[in-house]
Amino acid sequence: MVWKTTEYSGWGRVRTATAELARPERASTLKNTLADTICPAIGNCRSYGDAPLNDGGRAIDMTRMNRILDFDAGTGIVTVEAGVTITTLANIFAPQGWLPAVMPGTGFATVGGCIAQDVHGKNHHKEGSFGQHVLSVTLLNGEKRTVATPDRNAGLFRATMGGIGQTGVIAEAKLQLKPCPGDVMMVTEQRAENWDAHLALLDASQASYCVGWIDATATGASLGRGVVEEAELAAGLLPKAKPSKSVPMNAPNFALSGPIVRTFNNAYYRRVPTSGRSSVKRIDEFFFPLDKIHDWNRLYGKRGFYQFQNVVPLDQADALKAMLAEIAGAGLASPLAVLKRMGPGRAGPLSFPMEGYTLAVDFPARDAAPELIGMLEDMTVDAGGRLYLAKDALATGPAIKAMYPEHGDWVKAVNKADPDHAFETDMVRRLDLRTAGGAS
Amino acid sequence: MTQKCWIILGATSSMARAFANAVADQGANVILAGRDMEDLKRSATDLTVRGVEAVAMKFDARDSATFGPIIARAEQMEGVINAAVFVGSMPPQDAIDADPRLIDGVIKDSHTGPATFLTQLAPIIEVRGAGTVVGVGSVAGDRGRIGNYVYGSAKAGFATYLSGLRNRLTRSGGHVVTVKPGFVDTAMTWTVEGMFLVAAPEAVAKDILKAVEKQKNVIYTPFFWRYIMLIIRHIPEFIFKKMSI
Repeated sequence: MVWKTTEYSGWGRVRTATAELARPERASTLKNTLADTICPAIGNCRSYGDAPLNDGGRAIDMTRMNRILDFDAGTGIVTVEAGVTITTLANIFAPQGWLPAVMPGTGFATVGGCIAQDVHGKNHHKEGSFGQHVLSVTLLNGEKRTVATPDRNAGLFRATMGGIGQTGVIAEAKLQLKPCPGDVMMVTEQRAENWDAHLALLDASQASYCVGWIDATATGASLGRGVVEEAELAAGLLPKAKPSKSVPMNAPNFALSGPIVRTFNNAYYRRVPTSGRSSVKRIDEFFFPLDKIHDWNRLYGKRGFYQFQNVVPLDQADALKAMLAEIAGAGLASPLAVLKRMGPGRAGPLSFPMEGYTLAVDFPARDAAPELIGMLEDMTVDAGGRLYLAKDALATGPAIKAMYPEHGDWVKAVNKADPDHAFETDMVRRLDLRTAGGAS
Repeated sequence: MTQKCWIILGATSSMARAFANAVADQGANVILAGRDMEDLKRSATDLTVRGVEAVAMKFDARDSATFGPIIARAEQMEGVINAAVFVGSMPPQDAIDADPRLIDGVIKDSHTGPATFLTQLAPIIEVRGAGTVVGVGSVAGDRGRIGNYVYGSAKAGFATYLSGLRNRLTRSGGHVVTVKPGFVDTAMTWTVEGMFLVAAPEAVAKDILKAVEKQKNVIYTPFFWRYIMLIIRHIPEFIFKKMSI
């Protein structure tokens, strides 16, 4: 017996599932498990909504399949088992002069998860999405093992990038790493006093890594204020790592109530001097600031939280500003909100990125949150933007299909790779993603 | 600093892999020994990429012909030779009750196989005047319980062997650490019901490494298992025999 009945959830903890999980530790066990049952794979469950969930079914936990299978120090090409985390890759390779080309906001994400969501990082405007640096993937489907690359099985490869695991179990991947001069970051932080100033700083930035923290509780003349962080990889002395902490239990609901969040955000904004500042940070401290607080999702209490993330085209900045005004007015926002300018880079038909501005905001799962998020979803559709499946827990199928014009191509490729629909998950069923949309 | 080499027996287990990673992080070379060569080669490559020398070698506790080549390989390596034993097997007690011939295999895997290997290795440690043996037993060896007493008895025998080996090697500068893990989150325990206070393999590996550095004799990991087992060992037999814990 390799199956264990487990209740689990996405990172937002709003949606949960009870499924039978297997957790193979060897390639041979993974093979036998799939010979027994063809079912979706999961990683560290850092997607917020129901992307990793398969309620009443089975899933394969890939986190123990986490080894490096090959590395060429000359070219920076690495082959890994899909359960390896981004932090592990950064820790091993940064001292050797290489770094994952795209680093998402948490280092706990597995390579398999990064591919399945075609994640992006603070350098999206320069380097594009994670999938654009994948050279090949090895997919398992029962006894069948398929290697897909941008040239070989190209349709399958594209459907796998951002394909939320629907093309098969991602067992291995070959990645092109990016040269890095050392293992520190030179970081410059500047205040942006309102929306226009914030966008102006993001638009003008030439930095390799650039992201804005936004105070989603500020209203009126301060609407959109925040701190823009720009950074470059650098060589230098490594600042000492701060020990990690963990949130031992669910926080009470008032922990992230309006007054506390507003006070925190105000302090966070003012900690950067008006003239800005530069500092040297560790790579992990810059890329994964929240990873130092284990289980930080417990801060939202047992009800959990939603993260809303959308992107709108460059010329729809005003629409995004209107959405921010709705968010700030609703008084539901949390301290964790991000504004970023994205480039066009994306690797698959269901990849999230488009050239434009992306906004990500957390909302505690109070009664008013779904309604607000529903309104933001409508406004995003009207603006010609889209929602990010890695974050979504509430959207509707027709809206998602309208946001992803290549959805029909994806459905064809995926239904060919998995005609029995064995890899479907709660998210796929909720959004009816494996059926081509009637709207378009 | 003297070069160190660790021979890891049963290297495909997650606890062994975590320990191999921990010693590799400190710069030790590693011989990964076990039965699944394809898997061991993957782990060896992983460690090589991390910057140490790592090789995969065949070790089968039930086939003593596989022991010699590993000993020979270790003998060629310079510096201090250490060994960590993670082998063992735990078929369900009802499977054993249905086919008592399984007992032989359990005893070979968990006790006589590794004991035979370590007895062959001991002279190298004595000649070099240094080296640590880590023997992973189990809290199951502290007292025979209805649920897994064959496995428990094999681990108890192995623990007694380790105690004697410690007595022997300490005379020449060697050392033996007996490790008794409680519930660890491994493939072996994945579907076992009623587990509590389950430790991550990485946490156990860290505890073992600390015990090696401090030359501890017997450790429980996580530490509180010492007290749990203290209580369990002291339950009078006339009560214990009626319990099912």
